[in-house]
Amino acid sequence: MAEIKERLSGIVAKDDVVLFMKGTPLFPQCGFSSRAIAILDHCGVAYESVDVLQDMEIRQGIKSFSDWPTIPQLYVKGEFVGGSDIMMEMFEAGELQELMAEKKVAPASDSSQRSTSHD
Amino acid sequence: MAMSAQEIEGMIRAALPDAKIEIRDLAGDGDHYAASVASPAFAGKSRVQQHKMVYDALGGKMGGTLHALQLTTSVPK
Repeated sequence: MAEIKERLSGIVAKDDVVLFMKGTPLFPQCGFSSRAIAILDHCGVAYESVDVLQDMEIRQGIKSFSDWPTIPQLYVKGEFVGGSDIMMEMFEAGELQELMAEKKVAPASDSSQRSTSHD
Repeated sequence: MAMSAQEIEGMIRAALPDAKIEIRDLAGDGDHYAASVASPAFAGKSRVQQHKMVYDALGGKMGGTLHALQLTTSVPK
């Protein structure tokens, strides 16, 4: 368990915004993940996505890492923010945009949407 | 093995007896529900904490037996 925890700590620390999701931004594989991508795109921030369907260790490990039972999961500056429902509630209240600004998250550039499945 | 709306409501009510709970079946397959839960017990808690209270009430079924629950929580005015 410690090894996956270290791996995940590295992933969430590497980029300002990291979304653990099912599928990729271009091909989300679940409604909640695609809603999370749409919200991030509306926020206009650069983000890294991690396709948990490509790595069972990440898919299970992330749930105990954050003590949150579902995917997607959003991390901003290494901190767990919430799943799709909370992202929506925050976005509708303007709180997600505020959080991004407060944490000085880099804006999206045309090539910023990278998605990787981790080795 | 899916869950029924009544089962979900019963489990949430057992943990949050004073909650106002609405459950909607989104797909008719016993696997995709929307729930809104309003409870004074959420007062002063972050959204993540509120949602975790509901997930805890569902006794680890969230993300397993219960595949998808679109959840909204609030504190009654």
